[in-house]
Amino acid sequence: MTRAIPLEAVLVVAAALFCIGLFGALSRRNLVGVLMGVELMLNSANINLVAFWRYLEPRFITGPTFAIFIITVAAAEAAVGLAMIIAIYRSWNTVNADSVDGLRG
Amino acid sequence: MDLLIQIIFGLLTALIIGAAMMVVTVRNIIHAALWLIASFFGVAALYLLLEAEFIAVVQVLVYIGAISILILFAIMLTRHISGEGERLLTRHWWAAAVVALGLFGAVLLPTLAGNAWGIPLPTGPAGTPEPLSGVEELGRGFVSEFLLHFEVAGVLLTVALIGAIVIAFEERSRRRRVLTLAEEHTLNQRQKASAERAAAAADMAD
Repeated sequence: MTRAIPLEAVLVVAAALFCIGLFGALSRRNLVGVLMGVELMLNSANINLVAFWRYLEPRFITGPTFAIFIITVAAAEAAVGLAMIIAIYRSWNTVNADSVDGLRG
Repeated sequence: MDLLIQIIFGLLTALIIGAAMMVVTVRNIIHAALWLIASFFGVAALYLLLEAEFIAVVQVLVYIGAISILILFAIMLTRHISGEGERLLTRHWWAAAVVALGLFGAVLLPTLAGNAWGIPLPTGPAGTPEPLSGVEELGRGFVSEFLLHFEVAGVLLTVALIGAIVIAFEERSRRRRVLTLAEEHTLNQRQKASAERAAAAADMAD
């Protein structure tokens, strides 16, 4: 498997996924869309960790362990983020990121 | 065999990147969530290709089974589903595009140019399986080397659970409070006044 696909190919896929997620997180108006972009970025970080583990150090388990911790953090982040979106929707009646400007000076 | 793996990798790459592009560009947010699920499936298949079976299963369970469903629930609870007639992106979306493309270029250049990864060459005759750590080492790591991290992750999940409940249900518990008599009276009056105003507006329209 490591002979068929070079490590760089996997890294480029992960980088592309990260940049797409970054664009989504920065530019979507819908707060749920922003959260989706963040999830894509976390996924690309996981791809990197698993790829480096597979190609460079397949004997040690550190890479998948960190991937599992990232998945844990992503689950916690999604739960709290969506709860915040629902709370924002209750008090502002909108989920658009640029409509929620209560801290504007 | 190598060609087959390369073809599968190409298809998976197209699925992951294409679905991710649809996530950030499609207008209907429900469709974006469904494309997100497709992208997660592609990533899980990529883990299988990289021979990380346990991570692939965890990806399907946690991302597709939990996070996607949570996102769909949040979309349905916030009602404005299609967003027709509204702007999809913020005003400065081109700046975000420049930042993303610049980052992609900045990452791509050293990845492709500086090729000193030090990948260990496969030893032994071709076809012999490489020594690969699996679920057993993962479990051992969680109870020995990564014990503290494991405990901290458990605490983090508990805190996130409690925090999500507190944040999302605060308003509703306040609204469920039993009204006092005076509050009910003012509420009734306000409703009556608004009904009269609506009737007057209908008369004006006639």
